Amino acid sequence: MAKVLIVAEHDGRRLNPSTARCVSCARALPEPEIAIAVLAADGSAVSEQAAALSGVHHVLRIDNPANAHALAATWAPQVAALAKGFTHVLGPSTTFGKDLMPRVAALLGAPQLSDIMAVESAQRFRRPVYAGNAILTVEVPAGTQLVATVRVASFEAAPEGGSAAIESIPLSLDLPTHTRFVSLSSGATDRPDLQAARRVVSGGRAFGSAEKFNLLYSLADKLGAAVGASRAAVDAGYAPNDLQVGQTGKIIAPELYVAIGISGAIQHLTGIKDARTIVAINKDAEAPIFEVADIGLVGDLFTILPELEQLLGSQGSA
Amino acid sequence: MSKILVCVKRVVDFNVRIRVKPDGSGVVTDGVKMSINPFDEIALEEALRIKERGAAQEVIAVSVGPTDAQQQLRTALAMGADRAVLVQVDAAPEPLSVARILLALIRREQPQLVILGKQAIDDDNNQTGQMLAALWNRPQATFASRIEIADGHAAVTREVDAGLETIEVDLPAVFTTDLRLNEPRYVKLPDIMKAKKKPLETLAPAALGVTVAAAIEVIRCDPPPQRQRGIMVKDTRELVAALKKKGLL
Repeated sequence: MAKVLIVAEHDGRRLNPSTARCVSCARALPEPEIAIAVLAADGSAVSEQAAALSGVHHVLRIDNPANAHALAATWAPQVAALAKGFTHVLGPSTTFGKDLMPRVAALLGAPQLSDIMAVESAQRFRRPVYAGNAILTVEVPAGTQLVATVRVASFEAAPEGGSAAIESIPLSLDLPTHTRFVSLSSGATDRPDLQAARRVVSGGRAFGSAEKFNLLYSLADKLGAAVGASRAAVDAGYAPNDLQVGQTGKIIAPELYVAIGISGAIQHLTGIKDARTIVAINKDAEAPIFEVADIGLVGDLFTILPELEQLLGSQGSA
Repeated sequence: MSKILVCVKRVVDFNVRIRVKPDGSGVVTDGVKMSINPFDEIALEEALRIKERGAAQEVIAVSVGPTDAQQQLRTALAMGADRAVLVQVDAAPEPLSVARILLALIRREQPQLVILGKQAIDDDNNQTGQMLAALWNRPQATFASRIEIADGHAAVTREVDAGLETIEVDLPAVFTTDLRLNEPRYVKLPDIMKAKKKPLETLAPAALGVTVAAAIEVIRCDPPPQRQRGIMVKDTRELVAALKKKGLL
């Protein structure tokens, strides 16, 4: 039997969908008993959301003013203390989980598997290496407590419909004060979240300027899509870092991915290979993006984008 | 004297097209160009800039790897590191073992800062820096895109999914680098000559009191499933029609 502890990712008010995807990974383990740990300043709302996920048995709520921000140095000792008796300790492979989980693993003296994409048994998993150019099947010995991050694009979000018990856990630990939150500057908008969106339109270096990159937003609005960007576009300052899709940015799995003016470096393709349908629009017919695209169109984006918007608009299909 | 420890991993160069061996035992590395992990190069560049601003006196490049990792350490010395340490191992150790080795070196060298790449582009683990910070019981600032060192502490801007987060940490601390922290300098020929005279020490993990143990067994290595090339359309109208046919509009 697998006893699984999942560390909830949230912003203090809402549970991040990455947590529901971790639940699906946990449910792929044999006979899973699943607990979600909610560390927060006030975890009431997030605990309710975690308890509503189907397949979750317990929610462990740890309220502490020090938990207002997800500082790994502060959270890791608490997660390590909670982890006693659990066979698997999971977090999402988002910047939150990537920051936190190895710190937890080291405190537990446990090995960590990063980016689990498939569960073959309680001990055997598959994970990508070399930017997804090779897939390893790895195994840990029975009886080893395992820490892992879950590649969120590989698992559907667990549905709601659960009613787990919420338990407040008193933890009296001396938490470090050597790491302090200062600020978060966020490009948060009303658009769908890049990692959860069903449709994503993404732009590359071919846009040529931040001003022209804005053309992408009006197409995104027509489609109800999130906006993404290639590393080249982010490096050039056309788009903020949180829009970057790829090996070192966000790994996404939307139903529709439209890559516009993106040549398709291998590191970018790593971030989109789980997309259901990939559309590529590029001036260069030899661009590698066309090798993975389901639908390709060779042409100038500054001609095609207005046409596309007009066709979408006139057909009322947004 | 204030020191910075920089960790450098020897990896398959990022421009090499990765091929999985037909017997599934791993990827082809024979005769393949090897380089410093690009994120570690950024870590080294940052350390050198901190030193050049006068906030540190010595930059030590460390690698945990095979004998051949001396090549990457020589490159690090040519970039400007003052000396190098190779902790020699046969097979690539897991991140927790690397972190234990680095901790032992920290005990010896007493650095103010340890800077690593956020991940190595071979195993893509993204673990070692965080594990080291935990074992050392010091702050971590991962995925750094801006580092400002002040007296006894640092403000670090981190690239996170929600945007840019700034945290303040007391020193000593561990930083891991993201892509936009800096652009590493090019190595000039005279620097390569000079680097040959800089000290490069080789150690076994046992000399640091560390036993390297593996917990994770690699059963198999497979190529990823390939996406099939799809259709090409002639114009925007055909594109919209194709999307409709797939039920996407």
